[in-house]
Amino acid sequence: MRMKAVTNPQVKVKHRSITKSKRADRLASYALLLFWSVLFILPFVWLISTSLKHEADAITYPPTLLPEVFDWTNYREVFEIVDFTRFYMNTIIVTSLTVLGTLLSCSIVAYGFARIKGKGRNVWFAVLLATMMLPPQVTMIPTYLIFAQLDWVNTFMPLIVPAFFGNPFFIFLLRQFFKTVPKELEEAATIDGCSILGRFFRIILPLSVPALITVAILSFMWTWNDFLNPLIYLNDQENFTLALGLQMFKGQLTMLWGPMMAASTMVIMPLVIVFFFAQKYFIEGIATSGIKG
Amino acid sequence: MKQSRSTLLFYLFISPWLIGFLVFGAGPMVFSLFMSFTEWDIIGGAEWIGVGNFKELLQDPLFWKSIWNTVYFTGLSVPLSLVFGYLLAVLLNTKVRFMSVFRTIFYLPSLVPAVASSLLWMLIFQPEFGLANAMLSSLHLPTSDWIMSETMVKPALIIMGLWGVGGGMVIYLAGLQGVPKSMYESAEIDGAGRWAKLVNVTIPMTSHVIFFNLIMGIIGSFQVFTQAYVMSEGGPNYASLFYVHYLYQNAFQYFEMGYASALAWVLFLIILVFTLLQFKFFGRKVYYEFDD
Repeated sequence: MRMKAVTNPQVKVKHRSITKSKRADRLASYALLLFWSVLFILPFVWLISTSLKHEADAITYPPTLLPEVFDWTNYREVFEIVDFTRFYMNTIIVTSLTVLGTLLSCSIVAYGFARIKGKGRNVWFAVLLATMMLPPQVTMIPTYLIFAQLDWVNTFMPLIVPAFFGNPFFIFLLRQFFKTVPKELEEAATIDGCSILGRFFRIILPLSVPALITVAILSFMWTWNDFLNPLIYLNDQENFTLALGLQMFKGQLTMLWGPMMAASTMVIMPLVIVFFFAQKYFIEGIATSGIKG
Repeated sequence: MKQSRSTLLFYLFISPWLIGFLVFGAGPMVFSLFMSFTEWDIIGGAEWIGVGNFKELLQDPLFWKSIWNTVYFTGLSVPLSLVFGYLLAVLLNTKVRFMSVFRTIFYLPSLVPAVASSLLWMLIFQPEFGLANAMLSSLHLPTSDWIMSETMVKPALIIMGLWGVGGGMVIYLAGLQGVPKSMYESAEIDGAGRWAKLVNVTIPMTSHVIFFNLIMGIIGSFQVFTQAYVMSEGGPNYASLFYVHYLYQNAFQYFEMGYASALAWVLFLIILVFTLLQFKFFGRKVYYEFDD
């Protein structure tokens, strides 16, 4: 900013003091941010450090921040204590099918709500929004009974199949996005003889990749982290997902801290990697849709 | 396109959700309401007992205990994470360098699966060699038994919950970035300092996000389950038995399906009240994106 026009020296002094206090403010901001960052990172450091410690080092007092020697045996032990490979595979199967089902069903339904005029559309849309507010616990027991009746308990079906019937929140999110695609594009395609499915697959979906990525990531995160549903539906160890498998390291009397932290690290890793690559979509998706992960 | 054909197409497109809603939503809702008036252990037949379950709830000490625990947890953790998350967002909303690094650092914990973070915090709260006590004693502060202690288990879970404050922070950040710069400029001309700007501009201009997070926080907090289930198993002496945990126990451990359904409906009513409050006070502002 140019202050040349100002001849009054007092104003100049005032201006300088503002910038000075601004600098102090900024320094204070950084100090606070750094302080909290350290506290926020500490548990992660702790997690990784413990996963690389000998069992004896893990439970010494006072605790040491870094392991004496970096010891990878805990990571090997994870696979010896439980069938961790299997839990991993199970989680990948459940998660990838859930993401696929969610993308397919939600985008089709969202297109219906966004672009096709049908009788009762507003009523059904209101119902859809209302269901977002229903706590899942209300339908949990009858849903369990349905799956028990179908003989699906202790299989992945109860975890995967509902995803193919859409999720109200994602349908809403995609509908909002589809509505931003110009109608003219579709109209032009119709004149060229493009069917409704052709327009959906060739125009709407390719233009909605960012929204689809947001949905895919959120549904990946939620499924990967889900605990209650696997807890209810999976009984045999061979079907366990990582969330259930992790809990097995917590013994009745003894805690295998090292392997437990090694296993936790391996469960968190894919999330961190996905987050790293998709950060932009992810945070924007959450911020614009206004929902907590 | 003819009206009827268009309607047919519409229903065809929304059929996955519509079928899902009827099968997994509406049907189960009606059924669960019916079940809440019965006594049923799955094996035998369901027996109609009217409002018996709800009457029993009122006299069930564990129901009240779980309500108290949940209210205690919600009453402390929601305001704390609101204030803390908001302050972090305000800090991040000033022109900071490495913004995305900080954002990532504060957001990462909310990505961690509840089971993994529960195990990690069990280690941190471990009374003999845990990090929490080590830090306290190095500052010459009294240590604690944390999750092994009846009085400290809930505060411990609340502290752990604050680690996941990043989820709410992101939403505040989005709200803060929507505040027009000109409002700060005119406040500055009026001689407003940092504090005055926060109170008179920032907070009122983001009140809709604050309220949204408050209500979502209360709803989420009423459904708290995994952490206490994994870390303290509801103990010691039921001090961390939360509402959904008690519901889960009744349904899937004691197979008291009728009683558990009654619990679910009471939860539904509680959440409904908070959702209606949200609509009443902030409905338009919060949900303006819903409209066309």
